Amino acid sequence: MFRLANPNRFMQWSGKLLPWCAVATVLLLGAGLYLALYVAPPDYQQGESVRIMYVHVPSAYMATTVYGLMAAASAVALIWRHPVADIAAREAAPLGAGFTLLCLVSGSLWGKPMWGTWWVWDARLTSVLVLFFLYLGYIALINAFDEPTRGARAGAILALVGVVNLPIIKFSVDWWNTLHQPASIFRLGGPTIAPSMLWPLGIMALGFTLLFVTLWLMRIRSALMAAKLRALRLQQAA
Amino acid sequence: MSAFLTLVARDLRLAFRQGGDAAMVIAFFVLTVVLFPFGVGPEPELLQRIAAGIVWVTALLAALLSLERLFQADYEDGSLEALALLPLPLEAQVLAKCLAHWLTTGLPLIIVAPLLALLLHLDPAGYPPLIAGMALGTPILSLIGAIGAALSLGARRGGVLLSLLVLPLYIPVLIFGVAAIEAEIQGFGARPDLLLLAALLVLALGLVPFAAAAALRLALE
Repeated sequence: MFRLANPNRFMQWSGKLLPWCAVATVLLLGAGLYLALYVAPPDYQQGESVRIMYVHVPSAYMATTVYGLMAAASAVALIWRHPVADIAAREAAPLGAGFTLLCLVSGSLWGKPMWGTWWVWDARLTSVLVLFFLYLGYIALINAFDEPTRGARAGAILALVGVVNLPIIKFSVDWWNTLHQPASIFRLGGPTIAPSMLWPLGIMALGFTLLFVTLWLMRIRSALMAAKLRALRLQQAA
Repeated sequence: MSAFLTLVARDLRLAFRQGGDAAMVIAFFVLTVVLFPFGVGPEPELLQRIAAGIVWVTALLAALLSLERLFQADYEDGSLEALALLPLPLEAQVLAKCLAHWLTTGLPLIIVAPLLALLLHLDPAGYPPLIAGMALGTPILSLIGAIGAALSLGARRGGVLLSLLVLPLYIPVLIFGVAAIEAEIQGFGARPDLLLLAALLVLALGLVPFAAAAALRLALE
């Protein structure tokens, strides 16, 4: 991790990794979508509309994971003044916000046929909505300062403060009486979901993860190149 | 300890010298609550159902108003740099500032809230949990607000940014505060929700000083 604090070394390392990630993303998402839309069985109660799950659950999992990664990168940046971690945290935020929005919208589209409502104020939905607002607040804070490093460090503190929301999201379906269904995969006693659905779900989740990694690496690389451009321009103007 | 109390006394003295701050917060609180009967209609049953929520939400917004000035004045005239050099840790100074803020804005809100609940026909069973909930919740509002105020020091559009940062973190306080009142009115007892609010207060007391002090040190660089 500290070897990658050098931007040039990070660019070399990510440059080699990126094509593999991109190819893996396409393969996994392709396979996952095929399995989810054609191979996986319809639900005995929900019929074909259960297939929204294969988009909703991976994006929900990504929404919280990306926030966790953002908070971890923020911690690294604050503790060790790691320059690439700073940029990594900042670049992950719009991706995380996008996944959260996708989760909320796909959940809403799934809720209308299943629950009869586009939205309900239960614990899980409310806490994910709060997560979305935390992402937006983070993005606003990062961009609110004239000096980019000040914004990045302020955002780092905010990201760490917002981490308390993650266990609330995870355990909200256990702690409260919610309309949203309880945990069926990561729970004591093992998953309760059928293997024929679990495998496509897992592959979609992996595909989403690699999609995030690919986009994240691309964003970090662009940010590093932009920083280099800015430095060169300043050098030229001097 | 005496340094801590001196800081609290300093902030209280400054607040009293300024005069209008607490009065403005209370005026905003009263005016906003009064808007609701005009908006939703004066039917007592309807107002009674939403009274707890209205009082809590407007108290939240009123507390938000006075947060911007928590560190702003000291930051602008350079006293924050001097305060950072004190032997008293910055974390303790944050607590001192929050205490002073709560005394000047939270405490008046707690006193006025039952009077406004009267205007909204709150069920009589709801008053004790309202006061207890606000007594536990308003310090949390001051504490969480301190993080937002410290983070948005020197930012563009600091006031709006502060609201955007702080309101998502206020939501649990709001949820449990209203739940306590509703539970008591429905006969389930306010104790669980009040205990959760107390837990949030303890969590905030423990964690906020570190986050806010880190943000202040960031602003001073």
